[in-house]
Amino acid sequence: MSTKIFKHIQTSVVPLPIENIDTDQIIPARFLKATTREGFGNNLFRDWRFDENDNPKQDFVLNNPNYSGKILVAGKNFGCGSSREHAAWAIADYGFDAVVSSFFADIFKGNALNNGLLPVQVSDEFLKKIFDAVFEDEHAVVEIDLVDQFIKIVATGETESFEVNPYKKACMTNGYDDIDYILSKKELIAEFETSK
Amino acid sequence: MGQTLFDKIWDAHVVSSNEGFPDILYIDTHFIHEVTSPQAFDGLRARGLPVFRPKQTVATADHNVPTWNQHLPIKEELSRYQVDMLTKNCAEFGIELYGLGHPFQGIVHVIGPELGITRPGGTYVCGDSHTSTHGAFGAIAFGIGTSQVEQVMATQCLLQQRPKRMKIEVNGQLQKGVGAKDIILYIISKTSAAGGTGYAVEYSGDTIRSLSMEGRMTICNMSIEMGARCGLIAPDETTINYVKGREFAPKGEEWDKAVAYWQTLYSDEDADFDAVLYFNAEDIEPMITYGTNPGMGIGVTQHVPETLSFEEKEQGSYKKALAYMGLHDDEQLLGKPIDYVFIGSCTNSRIEDLRQVAEFVKGKHKADNVTVWVVPGSKQVQEQAIREGLDKIFDAAGFPLREPGCSACLGMNEDKIPAGKYCVSTSNRNFEGRQGPNSRTFLASPLTAAASAITGKVTDIREFLKEAELVS
Ligand code: SF4
Repeated sequence: MSTKIFKHIQTSVVPLPIENIDTDQIIPARFLKATTREGFGNNLFRDWRFDENDNPKQDFVLNNPNYSGKILVAGKNFGCGSSREHAAWAIADYGFDAVVSSFFADIFKGNALNNGLLPVQVSDEFLKKIFDAVFEDEHAVVEIDLVDQFIKIVATGETESFEVNPYKKACMTNGYDDIDYILSKKELIAEFETSK
Repeated sequence: MGQTLFDKIWDAHVVSSNEGFPDILYIDTHFIHEVTSPQAFDGLRARGLPVFRPKQTVATADHNVPTWNQHLPIKEELSRYQVDMLTKNCAEFGIELYGLGHPFQGIVHVIGPELGITRPGGTYVCGDSHTSTHGAFGAIAFGIGTSQVEQVMATQCLLQQRPKRMKIEVNGQLQKGVGAKDIILYIISKTSAAGGTGYAVEYSGDTIRSLSMEGRMTICNMSIEMGARCGLIAPDETTINYVKGREFAPKGEEWDKAVAYWQTLYSDEDADFDAVLYFNAEDIEPMITYGTNPGMGIGVTQHVPETLSFEEKEQGSYKKALAYMGLHDDEQLLGKPIDYVFIGSCTNSRIEDLRQVAEFVKGKHKADNVTVWVVPGSKQVQEQAIREGLDKIFDAAGFPLREPGCSACLGMNEDKIPAGKYCVSTSNRNFEGRQGPNSRTFLASPLTAAASAITGKVTDIREFLKEAELVS
C-alpha cells in the first residue's frame, strides 16, 4: 500500500514555542475512542485550543488568524509521552505536512514518518531563528526540502541541513510502506522461525 | 569486545539486517488492547492480510473499562463500542482475548508478566509506551504506534533502528520508606524527560538487584518517561523464581532449557555502553513531582525550583507548568492539602503494591477531604487481594478496592480527577489534563500516596515510620 508522498514544501508556519509538548496535549486521551484514522484534527491541542465550554481560547496560536501554514514549529522534546499514533494523525489531519523542533521523542518521530508527516530536527539556534522570523513577520515563509535535506528561512536565506534515516526518506519520497518491505522478505521470516 | 545484554537479545531476534535499512526484528509476543488496535485491524482488512501469528498475539481490554460494576454493560457508548470492536476483531482474526469478565483480564503490562508470557530474553511490543515494563525480566520491550501494530500483526516483525545503549547503575542502601518508584522518579528528575531519548537503558547495581520483580517492573515501566526506547534488567534468581510455575511459563524439560539460556543473559564485563550514569541510593528521598512532566520531581521535603534557576529559553514553559499546577516559585509541597489519591496503573497496581499499602493503612482512616481510589492491575491481583483480606483493610480505611483497568491513570473511563483538584497518584504521567481536563497530578510512590490520603496533605512517609518505631 502506498502512503503520502513528501518531497518539498514552502509555506508560512505556525509557532508554538513550548517545550516538552506531550501527546496528551496534542490529542487528549478522551478523544482516542474513535476507531478510524480520520477526524482527529478537530481535537488537535483540544484543551489548549478550547475552554470547558468548547469556546476557542483566543490566546492560542491555532485560533489566531494571523498564523497559518503547513509547518508547525515547536519547542524541544516534541511528542513525548504516550505512543498514540493519533497524535501524528491529528497533526496531519489538521493540515500540517511537517513539524520542526530542536528535539523529538522517539515514538512520535516514527509515527510521524509512518504517516507522511515529516519531523525536521534543527539546532536550538536555528529553531530560535525561525521563531524570531515568524514573530517579526507572521507570514514568514520556510522551505523544507526532503530530497536535499535542508530547511531554509526564505526571507533571510538562512539554511540548515537536517538528518533523516535514508530508508525512511526513500519511503516518504516514493510513498513506500514498511509492511510491503517486510513482506518482500517473508521467506527470511519463515527461515528465522524454523531456526529458533 | 563483550556484548551488552541488550545486544545479545537484539542479535538473537534479527531476521535481516541490511546496510542503510533498519533491522527486521522478530517479535515473540505482541500485546494488543482496544485503543490502539482498531485502525490496525482495518489496515489488515484493506490489504487482505490475516494476522500472521495469532498465537503470538495476546489481547486484553484495559484502557477504557469501568472499574466499578464490570459485570454490567459499559455505560459510555464510545468506550463500549471500542471494547466491542476488539472482541469482534479478535474473533475474526483468531486472537485470544482476555476481555472483561475473563479471569486473566487486566492492564496489559500487568497481565503479561503475571501469566508468565513475559520472559527473559524475549521481544515484546504493544501499542502502548509503557511496554518498557516487560524489560524488567531481561527482555526487549517497547511501545509502538498503530501503523507498527499493523506491521507486527501482518509479519510478526518490526522494522527498527538499533538504539544506543545506556547503563544506569544504582548502588547502596535505600532509606526506610523509599522504594522503586522513588528511585525511578529520582533518576528521571536528574536525566530530564528527554535524557534517555534514543537509548535502551539497562539498570544495574546492587540497589536494583535487591528489588523484587514488582519493583523492577516499576523502574522499567517509567523508562519511557525519560524518553528511553526501553529499559531492562538482567535476569537473576529473583526473575527465575517469579516466572516459575506461572500459567504460560515453560514446564519440565523446556523449563530447564529456558533457564540455562536465561543464565547467559547479562552484559559482559567489557561490554561497551554509549552512556553510563551512577546514582547513590542513600541520596534518594521519597519523591514527588510538582510539574507537568515526570522529570519535574523533587524530594518530598524540598521546595519547587525558582523560575530564574532555569535557562531563559526554558522559563516560559516552566512558568506555564507552575501556573497549571497552581504553584509558585520556591513553594514547599509538604503539607499542601490534596483532594484525591489514586493507587493504581501499570506502574504500581501489583499485589506487592497493594500489600504494602494495606499494611500501612491498617487501623488508620483516610482524611475527610480526600477521595481514594485503589485500582488493582488485573483480575488476578484483585482476587489475590481479596483472598488475603486486603479489601477489608482498605474498606475500613476508606480506600475502596475497585475493579481492574487503567482508570485514573489516563481518565478514559469515568474515573477522572475534576478540574483544579490535586491528586497524589502512583501512576506515571503528570501531563496537563492526563487524569481529567485541568486535573493536577503529583506523582509519588504507593506509600507516599497512602500516607497523604491519611493526613489529607502531601506527607513525608518517613515521619510516620519514625513514629511507628517510637511506639514499638
Ligand atoms: S495504566 Fe496508564 S500508563 Fe499503564 S497502560 Fe494503562 S493508560 Fe497506559
